[in-house]
Amino acid sequence: MQLSPEQQAMLDGSKGEAMTKVMKTLVMYGDAFGAQRMVPVTSEYGHTVVSFGLKALVPVYELYDRLLEEGLTSGQKFSADPKPLDRNVPSTLLEDLVFKQFMYKFQDSYEEKLKKLGIMSDDAYTCTCYMEEVGNAPAKGEVLSWAESSAVVYANSVLGARCNRNSGVIELMGSIAGFVPEFGLLTDEGRKATWVVEIRTAKKPEAQLLGSAVGMKVLDEVPYIVGLDQWLGTELTDDVKAYLKDFGAATASNGAVGLYHVESLTPEAVEAGKKLIKKDAQVYVIDDAELERVKANYPIMWKNPDAMPQLCFIGCPHNSLQQLIRWTKDIQEGLCSSGLSKVSVPTVFTAAPAVLKEFEKTHYAMALRKCGCRTSYICPLMYMNNPLCARKNVITSSNKLRTYTTARYYTESEILKIITTRGGKLQ
Amino acid sequence: MKKFLGRVITPGTCSAEALVSHNGFNTLASFQKAIQFGDKQVKCGDQNNPEIYKKSMLGKALCLPMTIGSTTGGMVLYCVAAQHLQPACLLFSNPIDPLAASGAILTEVWTDVSMPVVDSLGEEFLTYVKTGMKITVGENGEVTVEE
Repeated sequence: MQLSPEQQAMLDGSKGEAMTKVMKTLVMYGDAFGAQRMVPVTSEYGHTVVSFGLKALVPVYELYDRLLEEGLTSGQKFSADPKPLDRNVPSTLLEDLVFKQFMYKFQDSYEEKLKKLGIMSDDAYTCTCYMEEVGNAPAKGEVLSWAESSAVVYANSVLGARCNRNSGVIELMGSIAGFVPEFGLLTDEGRKATWVVEIRTAKKPEAQLLGSAVGMKVLDEVPYIVGLDQWLGTELTDDVKAYLKDFGAATASNGAVGLYHVESLTPEAVEAGKKLIKKDAQVYVIDDAELERVKANYPIMWKNPDAMPQLCFIGCPHNSLQQLIRWTKDIQEGLCSSGLSKVSVPTVFTAAPAVLKEFEKTHYAMALRKCGCRTSYICPLMYMNNPLCARKNVITSSNKLRTYTTARYYTESEILKIITTRGGKLQ
Repeated sequence: MKKFLGRVITPGTCSAEALVSHNGFNTLASFQKAIQFGDKQVKCGDQNNPEIYKKSMLGKALCLPMTIGSTTGGMVLYCVAAQHLQPACLLFSNPIDPLAASGAILTEVWTDVSMPVVDSLGEEFLTYVKTGMKITVGENGEVTVEE
């Protein structure tokens, strides 16, 4: 890799031992992918996936201490993934004790570290930092040093920014150095599609199920999706962006997709069309039967598959304001139809703190509470990531949450039916 | 016995028993339970990967096509290694992916742990190697598989 004289000096120790190691890490990272040079990080803000103070991550905190001891902080302010704890989420006394005293006992000290490293604000904890209310939405063509699989795939695909699927820790090192190795999704060639996914469903496919199918098939390659515009239209409206957010999160967690193109819809597909497809691209046809097949193959991790659900999480990745409003209306209608006043399963809607603040300004916030639902800024994945919660019968419309936890996946319409029907089961 | 030649991502030599995943290896899903709750056998927690689910990964030669899933993956691998709970080596049939590369490089640069990582061993490598076979990794990326 060709380094500039300044970069070479940093590698040689001009800015101390910790910066030398940061540089060595970034150079080795680039070398593994044949990068020829470093390119500047041009976005205003970064985003880190590491937001939780877990005992298991002590090596990361120690590494960050070494950076801070030598005065290294992020050259750009950054947002972070959601916090793992929130009193608004139902929990028992034992769970509170385990969360606070055992699992996340490093949470407060880690948040202090993030302040020193350069987090945007106390409210900047969300996996959907690109929401208008949060204010970390990069422009098309900007180079990012982000991690968080769902945010990276959204930034690349829907916003047209450029970011590799960086790991936690690496993303902060890019923000500290101010540059990242140029390879993969930072290059024009790396953004071309090697798969064509043809949507031939008879109805609008469920975003998180479609994303799961695509992710499992193409893994880390770039899919060019045709036929989805018939269901989504050709404009990136708020509803469409929310759909693509959920679709992308599933492609990234069930596979390793960092970028997808949707014909006539996402910015690069609108500009370049089928020129984005590489010669000899493979084809994957998705119809309703294929989606059913994918869904039927999800393992059910509950001890008793016929048990009643005890908790429902909606919002992994975090909901948009429009999604919160739509869900509120749907739940009101569902409860009205079944003659209930409150949901039959404790239900938590998660969203960014800034989105929740905006939601609270609408009358829907009170309406959702009246339906018996709660809102939270929590990361459901982190909440469930312990033996106590893992035993709970949790249902979710998130394919990401399903992948990493014992939560059971249902489509959004199935979830709505379950939580607004007496008995809390899908009949 | 068969020899395969790959590309060295992080150097080192080792001999270990193979643990084979033909599907993408989800690093977070595989390691999260083990590192969080002190499973000294480091059993795989990925329910979506029945081939290695609940099998011990500690000290094994992990043979895989690529890693998938959360971008915490590299960081998780680094934490696993820093706590001496790592596989003996990682052997990829495909070119390495950014998350696995990050984990390997963070381990190499920021710890004293040796975890050789070799990629681009080819599809035939994953076809040939079976869980339980003996693996020897040489300095130059040569991987020997013995029944």
